[in-house]
Amino acid sequence: MNWLTNFVRPRIRALVGKQGVPDNLWHKCTACEQMIFHRELSANLYVCTHCGHHMRMSAKDRLAMMFDGDSTQTIELPETIDDPLKFRDQKRYGDRLKEARAKTGINDAILVAHGEIGGIPAVIAAFDFRFMGGSMGTAVGDGLIAAARLAILQDAPLIVFPSSGGARMQEGILALMQMTRSTIAVQEIREAGLPYIVVLTDPTTGGVSASFAMLGDISIAEPGAIIGFAGARVIESTIHETLPEGFQRAEYLLEHGMIDMVVPRHELRDTLIRVLDLLRNRNPAAEVVALPKSEAAADDQGNPAPEL
Amino acid sequence: MPTYLDFEKPIAALEGKIEELRHLDTGGDINIAEEVSKLQAKADRLLSQAYGKLTPWDKVQVARHPDRPHAIDCIDHLIEDFTPLAGDRAFSEDAAILGGLGRFRRRSVMVIGNEKGSDTESRVRRNFGMARPEGYRKARRLMKLADQFQLPVITLVDTAGAYPGIGAEERGQAEAIARSIEACMTLRVPIVSAIVGEGGSGGAIALAGADRVLMMEHAVYSVISPEGCASILWRSGDAAKQAAEALRLTAQDLLKMKVIDRIIDEPMGGAHRQRNVAMDALGDAIAEALDEVIGIDGGTLRAMRREKFLEMGKTPLD
Repeated sequence: MNWLTNFVRPRIRALVGKQGVPDNLWHKCTACEQMIFHRELSANLYVCTHCGHHMRMSAKDRLAMMFDGDSTQTIELPETIDDPLKFRDQKRYGDRLKEARAKTGINDAILVAHGEIGGIPAVIAAFDFRFMGGSMGTAVGDGLIAAARLAILQDAPLIVFPSSGGARMQEGILALMQMTRSTIAVQEIREAGLPYIVVLTDPTTGGVSASFAMLGDISIAEPGAIIGFAGARVIESTIHETLPEGFQRAEYLLEHGMIDMVVPRHELRDTLIRVLDLLRNRNPAAEVVALPKSEAAADDQGNPAPEL
Repeated sequence: MPTYLDFEKPIAALEGKIEELRHLDTGGDINIAEEVSKLQAKADRLLSQAYGKLTPWDKVQVARHPDRPHAIDCIDHLIEDFTPLAGDRAFSEDAAILGGLGRFRRRSVMVIGNEKGSDTESRVRRNFGMARPEGYRKARRLMKLADQFQLPVITLVDTAGAYPGIGAEERGQAEAIARSIEACMTLRVPIVSAIVGEGGSGGAIALAGADRVLMMEHAVYSVISPEGCASILWRSGDAAKQAAEALRLTAQDLLKMKVIDRIIDEPMGGAHRQRNVAMDALGDAIAEALDEVIGIDGGTLRAMRREKFLEMGKTPLD
């Protein structure tokens, strides 16, 4: 085997390796383990063509999937201090950040964009699980605050797609503080009277679920998504019991009254458009009848109508 | 029999000897009093040395010390006419979070705190201070009640974290914590939080969104327990000591990062050695913090509170 692995294989690689072939043409479904051609998978919105399993999507793909045509405008997010604690476990946090940036091509685990969904202007914040498990540190908190403020500025609804294991441990207490900061972002949106919709995707756990993600005016989840506070392993090791079938899955939360609906990815865009349209209620309930000019200009006491 | 922590072993030995001498019947030949006072001075010196250079991991042990004053002790000591209020009005009462009306230095207040329990019976009843959703929903209810009657809120934080259990998840642990955080940020009345022991993760921040966040000198406050962090990032629980260092969970580091507003000094040898002294200091610090914020218009106070949290993360540690 040595000769084959050490000599022949590098040679073959050298011969065929430079043709610009993506290294993963075929994806294995994480649920049924069937192989799916990459184009087929992306055309099917990363839903397994064999078993219907909803796989995780990058933030970029998520934005592209949600917005109309090419209306997407990704905004630049505020700069934050990298590695505020100079955290080091088996690896430096600074190095982990560099690796994640190189791997994903994005600066942190969240992208914020505005655009139109079915002609309705909206702001979307989408998490990218590939970036350190979508974990929430200061940059992500800042992203959510920026998203809320952009939505307020544009008088548009805010839609968030969390996909995150929780708080980013490498930012210590500052990661915990994002639970409060992201909640403040939600309050700002709410106080501005704008809809705040959360689409819970796989996974939404820990500090992310226990803050902005569970505060949606409308809570939607993708089928099969893991949603919960404590990790399944932590619970098992605490209570020494096997967890029930389907525990912490989207359908389980629906059954327990924790979310409004479970919507398959193919229907998600249409559902959101319908919900946004209904919430906005821009069409008046009755036909508008114009008042005669003299009545409109003055009220009963003869005071002039206030300027609007 | 007092509980000694690992780093207190030399002190334990000395104090044991002192106890022995005190009980010795010598017939008056040797001057025991002199010997005892000499040993006592030495023990005090050792104690002050040990507590002068506690590592983050040592502090984790001190914060979890079984004799440390808990919320219930602080309430007994500081609050008059304490009137506990129970239940979330939806599912059940949760004894892991204690709350109620009371009088603190002549003011009517709402007090909410995590209570771990102090003996087997009370620990079990209070689920070791790990609240279920009902606890957070009760906290939220009491905060709203305080807002309704213009009462300042005092929270005493001391928990390893929210309880990880099947029922807790089914009944929406995450949502309950989120709503409690939201309630803290919605209040128009003053809220002062004190991290008295362990500030464990989401279970702690649910009660600690305050105008003033105070922290006892040897308390810890962290996004995850050092053990949990070690098992995830080091893949070994044995690295808890390293994780405690890396997490920067001490009051001294958190003050530098402006995550907390003030450190409350503990008596020599930690709050568990002189509980009343520690609780008096806690009371004074809470009173001062309340004085700073009482009288500010509700809307302004809330805006200032939010702004304080929004500013966090902009002050580097060095």
